[in-house]
Amino acid sequence: MTLATPPPTSRRSRRSRLAPLLLAAPFALLLTGTVLVPIGYALYLSLFTERLSGLGFDGPSDVFVWFANYADVLGDENFRDSVGNVARYALLHVPLMLGGALVLALLLDGATVRLRQLWSLAVFLPYAVPGVIAGLIWAYLYSPGIGPLNDLLPFDPLGSDGVLPSIVNMATWQWLGYNMIIFYTALRTVPRDVLEASTVDGAGPIRTALAVKVPMIRPTVFVALVFTVIGSLQLFTEPLVLRSFSSSVTSTWTPSLYVYEAAFISNDYGRAAAASLLLAVACALLSALVMRLSTRRSR
Amino acid sequence: MNPSRRTSRWTSKGAVHALLAIAALYSVLPLIWLLTSSTKNVGDFSTTSAFELGDWNLVGNLRDLFAEEDGVFLHWIRNSLLYAGVGAVLGALICAACGYAIAKLDFPGRRALFAVTLAGVLVPTTALALPLYLMATELRVVDTFWAVFIPLLTNPFGVYLARAYAEAAVPDEVIEASRMDGAGELRTFFTVALPMMRPGVVTILLFQFVGIWNNFFLPLVMLTDPKLFPMTLGLFQWSSRVGQFPQYNPLVITGSLLAVLPLIIAFVVLQRQWRSGLAAGSVK
Repeated sequence: MTLATPPPTSRRSRRSRLAPLLLAAPFALLLTGTVLVPIGYALYLSLFTERLSGLGFDGPSDVFVWFANYADVLGDENFRDSVGNVARYALLHVPLMLGGALVLALLLDGATVRLRQLWSLAVFLPYAVPGVIAGLIWAYLYSPGIGPLNDLLPFDPLGSDGVLPSIVNMATWQWLGYNMIIFYTALRTVPRDVLEASTVDGAGPIRTALAVKVPMIRPTVFVALVFTVIGSLQLFTEPLVLRSFSSSVTSTWTPSLYVYEAAFISNDYGRAAAASLLLAVACALLSALVMRLSTRRSR
Repeated sequence: MNPSRRTSRWTSKGAVHALLAIAALYSVLPLIWLLTSSTKNVGDFSTTSAFELGDWNLVGNLRDLFAEEDGVFLHWIRNSLLYAGVGAVLGALICAACGYAIAKLDFPGRRALFAVTLAGVLVPTTALALPLYLMATELRVVDTFWAVFIPLLTNPFGVYLARAYAEAAVPDEVIEASRMDGAGELRTFFTVALPMMRPGVVTILLFQFVGIWNNFFLPLVMLTDPKLFPMTLGLFQWSSRVGQFPQYNPLVITGSLLAVLPLIIAFVVLQRQWRSGLAAGSVK
């Protein structure tokens, strides 16, 4: 709803036209300066590459190369491996974390649970732990001789086969409670008479959960799905922290690590910008796809 | 109700609590490990088992932590508080103002601004880091407080939430009444609308605080002077040395405990606030 009634005096009217702009301007400026311009700049950078001109006495200069940087990135085996890693990571993490959060939220929403606040707070706490610190805690827990997990698990959590499930576990630990709370608060808004009607019709608690509750909070689940998928594509902190503890994580293990390596270790800004934009486009496409699926299914 | 139904409900109640207990243990045990480990000295750390208490050495660890590199850890605490504290208060206010304007006021470009904001939610931070770094280099602000502080103020999702809170919590009649009383638009926002949006704004503030406190990529890219590091970057740098120098282990672990405790306390104390704020946000 919008209030567009013109106020009586001209002085008021000028002020009331200026005020909304003043309220919106700080954020609009920030958005322009720290998101829109940088994206445009990345686009510009991605079309150039630094070459030594002539005999190299003039120093390097930027040469317009069309889409050569994109071709380089897409043709780079390291980049393709990094995409494969986040894809396998997402296939494990997304269902495990969101499924787990949904089950826990449904359990909490069941009528007979005691100490609801305490359970949900306990599961939520890891969200308050910075990613770096979470990475460090788990890296220690995985380390042979320090943490118990190396002896308990059938595989080496820091070895080449174990490092992927190890990273999945770190992220699942961090985000399980946060999403559980989101789902739980959404479940509380499901009208109680709908649930009563379902019970009267003879549906048990599991049937009610699957056939009534979950469909009613589907929009919330899809928003969480979008954010989790985008987060998965950007995976950076956990593998970077594990690199100090395990040689199984390469310097280009995920696309974000690849961007970091290209920009700040190889100083190849064109290739880094191209990889950044490919990542951004992938995020946009995937979230558009998920959103489209969600609107189609709720129809 | 027949008896078989009652038994099955009783056992399922046990199963529900067992599952919740497992999830709670999974979530809390690593934090308990952090607590017990921060009381151990270097020797006990590698000889005692994970959840066992060593000789009580927390005070010694804390002393070492604050003495290391001329007390650089104190700088890290102060920096984290500055980035996250000032950033969250200012950022939440900016989000609230813009969200309110988009929801309740008419101005040119209102729809476009909201559309771009929604797109901004989806732009990955890792894609922005490189161009932000190069722009900061051009502006000669790289390796300064501002290079980290200003980009972290931008919170498109906060604006999205603030708009939802403003729509739900501020009735048009109240704005109209305030205008009738002769208050200007800005005054109406600060004295009438903002207090009505308070639970939502507190939620945005808390989550932006956590977001900045936890942020790691931007400081990693922008900063080289350890005196400007937030705690996450400083502890990461120390942790990359533990392979060669085991004496960094107690420093990293005790420092991590200090980086985690304030947030945990904030979430426990402010429970009612953020729970109701999240609820209001998820209704939309």
